[in-house]
Amino acid sequence: MRFVPVSLFASYFALRCSVSFAAEAVSFNRDVRPILSDACFHCHGPDEKERKSGLRLDVPTEAFKPAESGARALVAGKPAESELWVRLMSEDPEDAMPPPKTHKKISESQKQILFKWILQGAKYEQHWAFVPLQPVPPPQVKREGWARNPVDRFILARLEAEGLSPSAEAPREALLRRVSLDITGLPPTPSELDAYLQDASPGAYENAVDRLLASKRYGERMAVDWLDAARYADSNGYQVDRDRELWAWRDWVIEAFNRNLSFAQFTIEQLAGDLLPNPTLSQKVATGFHRNHMLNEEGGVIAEEFLAEYTADRVETTGAVWLGQTFNCARCHDHKFDPFSQREFYSLKAFFHNLPEKGVGNYGASIRLNSPPFLKLPAPEVEAKIAGLQKQVTEANLRLAEKGVTASAGVEDWVQRFLAGAVKWDVVEVVSASGGDQPPRVDAAARLVEVGPQETRANTLVFKLKIPNGPVSALRLECATEAASASFLWSELKVFSDVGAKGKEKKPLKLRAVVEGKSIAALEAAKVLDNDRRTRTTLSAKPDAPASAVFELESPMAIGSNSDVDLEVELGVENAGGPSRWRVFCTSAASELLVPSALVAAGQKEAIKRAKVERDQLAEYHAGLDPEYRKLNDETTRLKKSLSEAEAEIPTTLVMEEMKETRPTFVLIRGAYDKPGEQVQAATPAVLPALASDLPRNRLGLARWLVDPGNPLPARVSVNRFWQAVFGTGLVRTSEDFGAQGEAPSHPELLDWLAGEFIRSDWDVKGLLRLFVTSATYRQSSKFTQPLLERDPSNRLLARGPRFRLQAEFVRDQALVAAGLLSDKIGGPSVRPYHPPGLYEQITAGNGTNQYVQGKGEDLRRRSIYTYWKRSVPHPGMLTFDAPFRESCTLRRPRTNTPLQALNLMNDPTYVEAARCVAERMVKEGGATLEARLVYGARLLLARNPQAAELGVLQRAYERNNKSFQSDPAAARALLAVGSQPVDGGIDPAELAAYTAVVSAVLNSDEWITKE
Amino acid sequence: MRPNNFSDALSRRHFLAKSSAGIGAAALASLFESNGTAAALGTGGSHIAPKARRIIWLTQAGAPSQLELFDHKPDLAAQMDRDLPDSVRDGQRLTGMTAGQKRFPVVPSAYRFARHGRSGLWLSELLPHTAKFADELCVIRSLHTEAINHDPAMTLLQTGHQIGGRPAFGAWASYGLGTENADLPAFVALISRPSGPTNAQPLHERMWGSGFLPSKYQGVRFGSGKDPVLFLSNPPGISATQRRSMLDDTADLNALKFADFQDPETQARIDQYEMAFRMQAAVPELADISGETASVFERYGPESKKPGTYAANCLLARRLAERGVRFIQLYHRGWDQHNNLPSGIKSQCYDTDQPTAALLGELRERGLLEDTLVIWGGEFGRTVYSQGTVSKDNYGRDHHPRCFSVWMAGAGVKGGQAYGETDEFSYNVVKDPVHVHDLNATALHLLGLDHERLTYRFQGRDYRLTDVHGKVVRGVLA
Repeated sequence: MRFVPVSLFASYFALRCSVSFAAEAVSFNRDVRPILSDACFHCHGPDEKERKSGLRLDVPTEAFKPAESGARALVAGKPAESELWVRLMSEDPEDAMPPPKTHKKISESQKQILFKWILQGAKYEQHWAFVPLQPVPPPQVKREGWARNPVDRFILARLEAEGLSPSAEAPREALLRRVSLDITGLPPTPSELDAYLQDASPGAYENAVDRLLASKRYGERMAVDWLDAARYADSNGYQVDRDRELWAWRDWVIEAFNRNLSFAQFTIEQLAGDLLPNPTLSQKVATGFHRNHMLNEEGGVIAEEFLAEYTADRVETTGAVWLGQTFNCARCHDHKFDPFSQREFYSLKAFFHNLPEKGVGNYGASIRLNSPPFLKLPAPEVEAKIAGLQKQVTEANLRLAEKGVTASAGVEDWVQRFLAGAVKWDVVEVVSASGGDQPPRVDAAARLVEVGPQETRANTLVFKLKIPNGPVSALRLECATEAASASFLWSELKVFSDVGAKGKEKKPLKLRAVVEGKSIAALEAAKVLDNDRRTRTTLSAKPDAPASAVFELESPMAIGSNSDVDLEVELGVENAGGPSRWRVFCTSAASELLVPSALVAAGQKEAIKRAKVERDQLAEYHAGLDPEYRKLNDETTRLKKSLSEAEAEIPTTLVMEEMKETRPTFVLIRGAYDKPGEQVQAATPAVLPALASDLPRNRLGLARWLVDPGNPLPARVSVNRFWQAVFGTGLVRTSEDFGAQGEAPSHPELLDWLAGEFIRSDWDVKGLLRLFVTSATYRQSSKFTQPLLERDPSNRLLARGPRFRLQAEFVRDQALVAAGLLSDKIGGPSVRPYHPPGLYEQITAGNGTNQYVQGKGEDLRRRSIYTYWKRSVPHPGMLTFDAPFRESCTLRRPRTNTPLQALNLMNDPTYVEAARCVAERMVKEGGATLEARLVYGARLLLARNPQAAELGVLQRAYERNNKSFQSDPAAARALLAVGSQPVDGGIDPAELAAYTAVVSAVLNSDEWITKE
Repeated sequence: MRPNNFSDALSRRHFLAKSSAGIGAAALASLFESNGTAAALGTGGSHIAPKARRIIWLTQAGAPSQLELFDHKPDLAAQMDRDLPDSVRDGQRLTGMTAGQKRFPVVPSAYRFARHGRSGLWLSELLPHTAKFADELCVIRSLHTEAINHDPAMTLLQTGHQIGGRPAFGAWASYGLGTENADLPAFVALISRPSGPTNAQPLHERMWGSGFLPSKYQGVRFGSGKDPVLFLSNPPGISATQRRSMLDDTADLNALKFADFQDPETQARIDQYEMAFRMQAAVPELADISGETASVFERYGPESKKPGTYAANCLLARRLAERGVRFIQLYHRGWDQHNNLPSGIKSQCYDTDQPTAALLGELRERGLLEDTLVIWGGEFGRTVYSQGTVSKDNYGRDHHPRCFSVWMAGAGVKGGQAYGETDEFSYNVVKDPVHVHDLNATALHLLGLDHERLTYRFQGRDYRLTDVHGKVVRGVLA
């Protein structure tokens, strides 16, 4: 053991002797663990690989053992013999702890705490969050009369201990607005306010709370926080970020809150609804919770890499939401601060690793973008449409078969005719060619057009041709190359003829794709005839194998005009393809002679030697020569297309599913997907209560384990988050981290009492919220006082009521309510309200789902929880007011205050239109005088009557704006025209504009966006 | 109190001044003028003597090929269409795009290289304008990363982690050093699309996001439309004078509220509205390039008058630098040449070469290059072998994480050098490897910030831009 300089200890002791060391007991959990965790555990904590000198300080049995050097870190009662203390005080940079290079510092007061702690025996305690819940009696208080329920006794006891008093109760108007915003995310309407103010009964407030808890708006409000936790979005995220369908899960959450599903069942159904006996559709939809993670559809993605990402996301989200633990730290190594090993991380992953999922998106799928597993949702109207179409398809098939039988007589004669009559194709003379990225070159002698690489999307090439005299029945376009290979994305073909045309105007020829010889399939060639650039075919050519496509003219024509140009061929090409050489051929051969080479081969066989498939092909092709048959056939094809489109309209939702065979799970060395280590089985972390032996080792077992009353974390973590939603800050401020690095609770007994009550009430969420908002603590005025600002600026002791800015969603919802615009429709696919133009185009990929097509009508007025959420470009109104990207689990949003928020509220058409609609209501519903209208406006916006001074501000604002708009009516009309709601023509525009400006001033005030 | 602003000190001062409601913009401006220095406004201040006061990062999204631009490999000509030896590939994973390819035919650059400047730095003929600044450039040829797809690679480069959720470099810089201009955000992002027909990689708002840092540090995307900043313009019918009066009305209401409630947030909100009002003037003034001379536009090239182009954004970058914006990040999309690389990269260089050089030139002439660090580069490199079939003048290259090239110029950078070396296939780094964490550590160092000490606690952990990695690359420093 190292020699301890006596002087060091003595001087420290002498210096600090005035402090009464023995008097006040040091608490390991409250005082010591935070210091050790922050400064020491990184190298002397749970992570075995990082551990230095074999010393582990987070576990008492280890900490008291001699280290590799023989020195003892801790000797109870004897700081001078404790290496920890000696090294802490060392001034030698080689010896000093923590080492200077870690940039960790231990302050003087922290040193005092450690000194006292060792002196008092260096007693360890289990980390507070893991300690089992014990019954906690609410404490005795002096001001018995103040407490309305047990919550208040805990709060008051602390205030009394600190020598503080609670604030007076908030005014009734303020309280109704506060509780309405907390429970429904919406302010009270003037009639709700009046009803409440007129209710003089002693239970008036509680009745109002019950009315709010019964409102359907409650579920929408509560779901907002849960959607953050679950990382809900309407797109897949990562680079490609195409749409997904998971809104049915979002609606499930809203509905679950509204029917007050117990939080235990809420947990079980979302984690493992599919594994319940005879699960209902709703229980399966609930499992969408763990399909909310991002999905990478980038072209080069390696499936294994991202499968590892998704499963890790599920572990981390589960750990944060239910356990308040940062499991992500244990993905690559043992946790540095908390007792979770890397092996335990992967044992948890094993619960979530058994889905029939692919790891990558299906980029090829154009319509159904959901990646398996997913469920089809009932959609009665679409299903009826599908049934109808199925019937029509069956009937059309029957008619076609009938016609086919009659039409196929004479097959053999036809076979003999086409075998005898070869088709003669003449190369057409090229007069000129133009268009494309580089001018095409015409080789007149060879009668071909050389086309350079085409890279611009949607290019059009035009060839002008001169056709030899005589009849023409079909055209062939040939694409050849001299490069090793070339492919052309060909989207459109139009052929114009001047035959029979008057003057210079050319008429488009009606074409039909057919196959002759080795030309491309008719269905492929038909894609260039549909006037739709999105449907296109690929022409792949090699030097010895040109690609060609053949088109029959609907009515053969005779060429023989005297003009220089007979035909104009327009080719639409999409960005791809190397250099190519084009030729156009024509023929006068009869339609029935244009036959694919496969049929020629079949025809050449003796009739009895043809295979059935060959006979069928011949018969079908022959039938197709009959225009009536073709018409029927086209009709059938059209019906089939409608049917498949209708089938794609059936909404789906992502769900969890178990595979029959368990997919093995391995520890991933350093978290790398391609470095599997030891195989692990599904298991829960050792530091937490054991998973009961009768529970299955799957998601259902895990979910039941989470809500087992013996597991203290889920109840603590959940009540803390609900507390945070109402009071602004959790009892544990770091609501996402209940580990050693998180903050200890401000009121530990209250937290435990609430957790116990929550479990005892069968996880009754509405009951818990009712308890919060009916407490005297909640009902306090939220005014600051100078002494409180100094003592407790962040209001952790709750000597006043909560006051803070509203969440992004509720800022906008509030405006819509005041304007009388808010739709009360619940659920369904997400909608696209106002959005600044150009925001997507700058940064997203060019495909169709990356356009923001603004909605209309009701879509502009839905609650913000239904706003389409694209991860790469979330709605700016959300992002500006601190909504997360929803790429990963978020349990606490920041609350910032920025100029971008000011600009948003000042100028976003959402708020300009809402201000005008509030103004209309003021004029129409507010009364006849300016004052009455302004008072009504204040009641709409702030749910209270304005004070005299405020009324003065508003009156002056109105007079000034009115004067300005009276002198500039055009400006008034311009302002009123913002938005899509029709303007009430019965109101003088200048007057209405002036009211609008006044409302806008209030919409930008601090109080309006603040819950107070 | 919890001041929230683009600058903490700013609102702190304002709060101390106990400004009454309705204070005019002019009065506010005078309040800051005397203190408008980094030291006065910064939140953290420097750890080390700073060389750079700001960064202009010319992000080339999609990953430009090092082989055609910076990493000169004359001997590759002899390897044309030969298979890349397995010993070189050495188990490097392949993307989903070339994993099915039967062979990996080497293809040399279709473009020639020459020596430039007194330093004789090798640069491609595709960069004739940039080449004039050869003696200012430090080309790092030995940069490497782990990520092999765009989104994770760009996210790693900008935030030090492949998965989103962490702050971008610009947010860290703004958090660490605050702002030098009270009327503009400290971190501005400008985006341009390629003029050519190339496939443009999508970007993500979070790339200039603040991650877990407070959102006041997030980058503000300046668009090219009517409103460079979202919702900047007043609605039709509301003039600037009227806006001023409306804000005074709001401030009067807020003052009454503050007198009653004494919530410091109310005061902070008054400040934010004043800053919004000043931005309404400062941003259009910044974006209005009509006062620039014809010679300036000539210098940046024909595209520079077209809003939203890379050239126009380079010009704006200079104007932002002049106005003290801390972190200016340009993104030019379209460098993902899986096929048709020779024509694609040429078109990208047409977009970027001349404006980049014009920016360097203007910064130098105006004395701004002395305290501005300019960085040019993408998120990873490209493979020496062709994706798809190969001919002398047409081929493609897949993603390559093991080596790529970027250049740095300006404040504190030792110009006129190529740093680091790759093997003869530009496949593996053989000398002086620089990880993206090292690049970030070095750039922070030049800003005067120690990458190990610039931390922010989130979920119990002290996070850094460089995660737990990174070292300052001394060899690139002047």
